[in-house]
Amino acid sequence: MDTKLREPESKIIVGTKDNWEMVIGLEVHAQVVSNAKLFSSSSTTFGTSPNSNVDFVDAAMPGMLPVLNEFCVEQAIKTGLGLKAEINTYSVFDRKNYFYPDLPQGYQISQLYHPLVGEGEVFIELEPGVVRRVRIEHIHLEQDAGKSLHDIHPSFSYVDLNRTGIALMEIVSHPDLRSPEEAAAYILKLRQIMRYLGTCDGNMQNGNLRADVNVSVRPQGSDELYTRCEIKNMNSTRFIQQAIDFEANRQVGIWEDGGTVLQETRLYDPGTGKTRSMRSKEEAHDYRYFPCPDLLPLEIEPEWIERIRDNIPELPDELKDRLIRQYGVSNYDADVLVSEKENAEFFEQVVINRNGKLAANWVINELFGSLNKEGLTIKESPISPEQLGSILDLIENGEISGKIAKNLFEIIWSEGGDPLKIVDERQMRQVSDTGSIESIIREVLAENPSQVEKYKKNPKLAGFFVGQVMKKTAGKANPKLVNEILEKILAEI
Amino acid sequence: MGLSLDEARKVAHLARIHVEERELPDIANELSVILDFMEQLNEVDIEGVEPMTSVTPMKLRLRKDKVTTGGEKDLILSNAPLPEQGFFSVPKVVE
Repeated sequence: MDTKLREPESKIIVGTKDNWEMVIGLEVHAQVVSNAKLFSSSSTTFGTSPNSNVDFVDAAMPGMLPVLNEFCVEQAIKTGLGLKAEINTYSVFDRKNYFYPDLPQGYQISQLYHPLVGEGEVFIELEPGVVRRVRIEHIHLEQDAGKSLHDIHPSFSYVDLNRTGIALMEIVSHPDLRSPEEAAAYILKLRQIMRYLGTCDGNMQNGNLRADVNVSVRPQGSDELYTRCEIKNMNSTRFIQQAIDFEANRQVGIWEDGGTVLQETRLYDPGTGKTRSMRSKEEAHDYRYFPCPDLLPLEIEPEWIERIRDNIPELPDELKDRLIRQYGVSNYDADVLVSEKENAEFFEQVVINRNGKLAANWVINELFGSLNKEGLTIKESPISPEQLGSILDLIENGEISGKIAKNLFEIIWSEGGDPLKIVDERQMRQVSDTGSIESIIREVLAENPSQVEKYKKNPKLAGFFVGQVMKKTAGKANPKLVNEILEKILAEI
Repeated sequence: MGLSLDEARKVAHLARIHVEERELPDIANELSVILDFMEQLNEVDIEGVEPMTSVTPMKLRLRKDKVTTGGEKDLILSNAPLPEQGFFSVPKVVE
């Protein structure tokens, strides 16, 4: 990305004694897209009946051994390459020990000392030309836990192990973010890149993208890192921003009162808008990590990495730059078009041999607007790129006006069909014949003598006649020609 | 390397093993003896020696991304003391 770009401003909290800067780092847990789980052969399908995607490995029956899913490793490597990260050809799985009912093994298999993916980077653009570089510290592979439901029975928690053992990538950033907005933009950017790569669905509602948010504050201008608190298990960008704001202000209050912020794990309660301490987690922090004796180190052939690299698709940053360069679309339009890979693909099918700005305008305003209104995805669009392209050709050749084009779009949207045929059948073509336009104008003038008198005193009223001409032609008169000819005729009277 | 009573109590708690207060001194002592025994390994110079991860020369085996197990809910739940509506049920744990 361009180096002349500017960094965004930090969010500053004005205290009574000092101005405070927010310092934020994220640990993002992204569920890997795969058929089977990380160390077992049961299904990863979401939303099936409780405990139906569980095998003896997932349930941690005695004697069961983990066997690593090759594709999950490939997905993590792919994600690493997409984040311009180093891939470690030697990594090791460790056991992270703790007791919780949704973790039947009594430990989570994770990677603490030798993660699969090393340093990488992500760029987030907050407004055109304002870019933050966020360094990725590492990415490791680990098992997801099951789900506990606390609200079905008054005195029991219900445990569903369907999620147990699904592969997660934990993407750990450096504390490079400086405002809640940047934190949200960072998660959305990771989500976008992983969706392009097909390595994580990024469905935050289903919990397959969640984040632990580390927040600290420091006096503006300081380079020091102050004590941080970790807000656990957030799965909404809106709540993440609210939680960061609350937490940073809480910490400023403590420092300014002469207190000390304690390093601790906290939970955000969207109901109260506050974070609170999770004391029980503190002692559980003694995870007694050690290398998992059931698994040998993971050694990766460099050729495998290169094969994966060859299959990396064009990613959003490059695609956006190319759309701007190749088709002349605006920075804003390019952002909208690359938000999902399928959107950009649709646009590129429409824009072939056509005006880029016009195509972007129609894809974004008419098509995306209509899709949003109907709650449809681009794949469900009732209008094909070819149909939309034909409409654009009709506009560009001056055969229909922009207004008629919108009617035509609605007809194709609800009835389908070939735009060219429909324009002919329903006589929607623009009247560009100067002779007939002239006679219609003369008709209008003859029918409205009083308006002609008014016009003579106030030439600004010419618009009235244009309106009447359009009305008579059902909007089909070429507006440019109408204005030209009208001006000529009015000059004569 | 002596293990204190506090450390022994903490280790027991982390392992969720119930130990009576009067048993702690003996347990701390036993664990200390084991740790001291293992301490001897620190006398060996392992500078430049690769960690041995397997007794036989072998590589980590990987599996294909195919679903071949699961769908045996009844079997999975058959040892659970209190299965309820297809769930394991456990004494309430709420954060």
